[in-house]
Amino acid sequence: MTSISVRRLQKELTEIQNEGCPVGINLLKADDFQTWFFTLEVMGDSLYQGEAYTLMFRFEPQYPISSPAVQFVVSHDKQAPIHPHVYSNGHICASILGSEWSPVLSVVAVCVTLQSMLASCKKKERPPDNDRYVRTAPDNPKKTVFHYDDDTV
Amino acid sequence: MSDMSDDNDYYSDEDMFDGTQDEDESGDEMELDNFGDDFKVPAKDKKKSYEVDYDSLSQQAVEKLMARDINHICSILGVEVDTASLLLRDQKWNKEKLIEKYMDNPTKVSVDAGATLPETGPPPPAPLRNSTSSSSQSSNRRTTRGSKMLGLGPKTKSPTSSPTISHHVPQSLKRASSKKAEDFFVCQICFNDAPNLQTLALDCDHAFCTECWGDYIVSKIKEESEHSIRCMAEGCALVAPDHFIRDTLLPAPGAPVGDVERESQNIAAWTRFQELIVRHFVGCNRNLKFCPYPSCTNTVSCPSAASKASLASTVPIVSCGARGIGPQDQEISKSQQLGFGLQGKEHRFCFGCPIESDHRPVICAVSKMWLKKCADDSETANWIKSNTKECPICQSTIEKNGGCNHMTCKKCKNEFCWVCMGPWSEHGTAWYSCNRFDEKAGVDARDAQSKSRASLERYLHYYNRWANHEQSAKLSVDLYAKTEKKMEDMQITSALTWIEVQFMKKAVEEVEKCRTTLKWTYSMAYYLAKGNEKELFEDNQRDLEKAVEDLSELLESPIEPDTIPTLRQSVTNKTVYVQKRNEIVLEDTANGFLEGRWKWNVAVDGFDDPEETVL
Repeated sequence: MTSISVRRLQKELTEIQNEGCPVGINLLKADDFQTWFFTLEVMGDSLYQGEAYTLMFRFEPQYPISSPAVQFVVSHDKQAPIHPHVYSNGHICASILGSEWSPVLSVVAVCVTLQSMLASCKKKERPPDNDRYVRTAPDNPKKTVFHYDDDTV
Repeated sequence: MSDMSDDNDYYSDEDMFDGTQDEDESGDEMELDNFGDDFKVPAKDKKKSYEVDYDSLSQQAVEKLMARDINHICSILGVEVDTASLLLRDQKWNKEKLIEKYMDNPTKVSVDAGATLPETGPPPPAPLRNSTSSSSQSSNRRTTRGSKMLGLGPKTKSPTSSPTISHHVPQSLKRASSKKAEDFFVCQICFNDAPNLQTLALDCDHAFCTECWGDYIVSKIKEESEHSIRCMAEGCALVAPDHFIRDTLLPAPGAPVGDVERESQNIAAWTRFQELIVRHFVGCNRNLKFCPYPSCTNTVSCPSAASKASLASTVPIVSCGARGIGPQDQEISKSQQLGFGLQGKEHRFCFGCPIESDHRPVICAVSKMWLKKCADDSETANWIKSNTKECPICQSTIEKNGGCNHMTCKKCKNEFCWVCMGPWSEHGTAWYSCNRFDEKAGVDARDAQSKSRASLERYLHYYNRWANHEQSAKLSVDLYAKTEKKMEDMQITSALTWIEVQFMKKAVEEVEKCRTTLKWTYSMAYYLAKGNEKELFEDNQRDLEKAVEDLSELLESPIEPDTIPTLRQSVTNKTVYVQKRNEIVLEDTANGFLEGRWKWNVAVDGFDDPEETVL
């Protein structure tokens, strides 16, 4: 029997392929059921107009019971968006990726949430503790215990 | 003395032994009776000043206490058992606070605890999907809900039941139904759309398949040790009541056997869930403490040591009633109870602090301070400071272990004077005496060094004795084994029976107990302020130490068949004496705490600050 995560991701993938992603979100790469990549653009009038970012999803076998590890890809030609909840190493402080994760959420739902997180941003800036966090951050953002102190953005 | 009477004594003790689970001393003193005429034990019932009153409770007993609180809340607030349990858990089992808050605003308290849905406001949002698929899915969900109303319980499948019936179902009852083929239902988690899919939902009607619920609950319990398990739907704050978890994890009676591995995992999760709730209850109650021994599930209730102030005058050493390591639910075998070694060891721990052993006669605050001091490497640094110097050129640490003041660094070949640390070449013709020795700076430096050395020596004096007794107590396992062998030999070489050679075992146990006391008396003496009280304390300590060492020596002595009767006599006498001395130390120290007799040379919580005196 295939594991629940594979069955579920298979289904999500089929749905994406058949019905497409919401506007501004595109599947970049999904060769296996461990790591997927998406591109993310913010539509309409926002601080991030015309900018494109890459999101990486990493899944554990317990997905969707456990949340996926989600971060922006940072490489020589890719940057993480400048946002009060996004660290310069691509890690994202968002409660739905941690304590508020619900197994009914999906990969697309996470993308949409992050898209709207960027869209509603009022001021482009890094989190106040960016330097300290980035210096000591683990590779996998799921290993970080974020403190969600601001739900306005 | 006849063997007959011994046997009778022995067996009657056995019966009492099985029944006793409370007093920590009882076991040992009962065993003493084995010796019949040899020992006369003081009456058991009167509590000694170094003992505290406590009860040990099994997990079932704690569950009964919880049930009592829950029923109390049920009758006062008029809610169901599962709701009461959720409310109490949310309010940290504080009944008074819960009642007060509930009277104030029942809806808020209930919603905050996840026991009921918010009365107003839109239903929890459906999971975010992309727009094209969302409409069809939400209609699927609606169909699902409509048909789900049919179910009263897992067994109700009658398609004729009217939906209205379900509204009379008590709120907390779970609803489930077996899907019929025409109701197209897709579990939103695993996307399983099998026609016969079994689904479950809390009162919020967020239905998911039974398997996903099971996985989710097991993962919450196993991975997160969580007893408050919320609905899987996004943003839904409803908490699964106990019976929902039980029904999900445990197969219904008479249900066909499914995946064996999965079922055993679910059953383990259910057991763990109950344990988590008990732990939460115990953790919220100051009068209770969970036994810290691995896999032990007992709890000790000790209201007299629940306040911080009481810990300044009592040392609440308790025992949870269980022995040995491993599952406690099975009967402890007789051989384990009577046998040697760790298997039969009592679960003894301190109710007042995290020390998992008997630290009488010293109170928690001082024990903690001492252990911290011993663990810190500040003392190592202290030693290096008072015994070594650094080469003025290459900074290598050098210990001078003899010879004259003319030092040559092994590493950089620098030649310098140990006293003034200046280059040796500057000493001119005064080859072997440094004429800068008497200068003020030199005298001060010497003073500082000798003070640091004196303080280190004082610490080492106490630490060495402490460590020695600790080491000896650790070696008691070996001593047990050796003694057992000796006892066998004795039975062979003399006419003594099994019962009659028990004096050896008793003596070994007593030695171990006293060494534990002695060990801690050294930590106490280190911190005691100078004065008559300390001198009296150290007199008692010395008497006990001497008695213990005498007895230890006797136990190590070789056994000759013709000296066994004398050996037995002297070991027995010494054991009684040691026991008395130990009693005196424990009792006098405990009384001292009650009378406020002890003064410390450092600041201790709950005591006056030390007067300005020398150590």
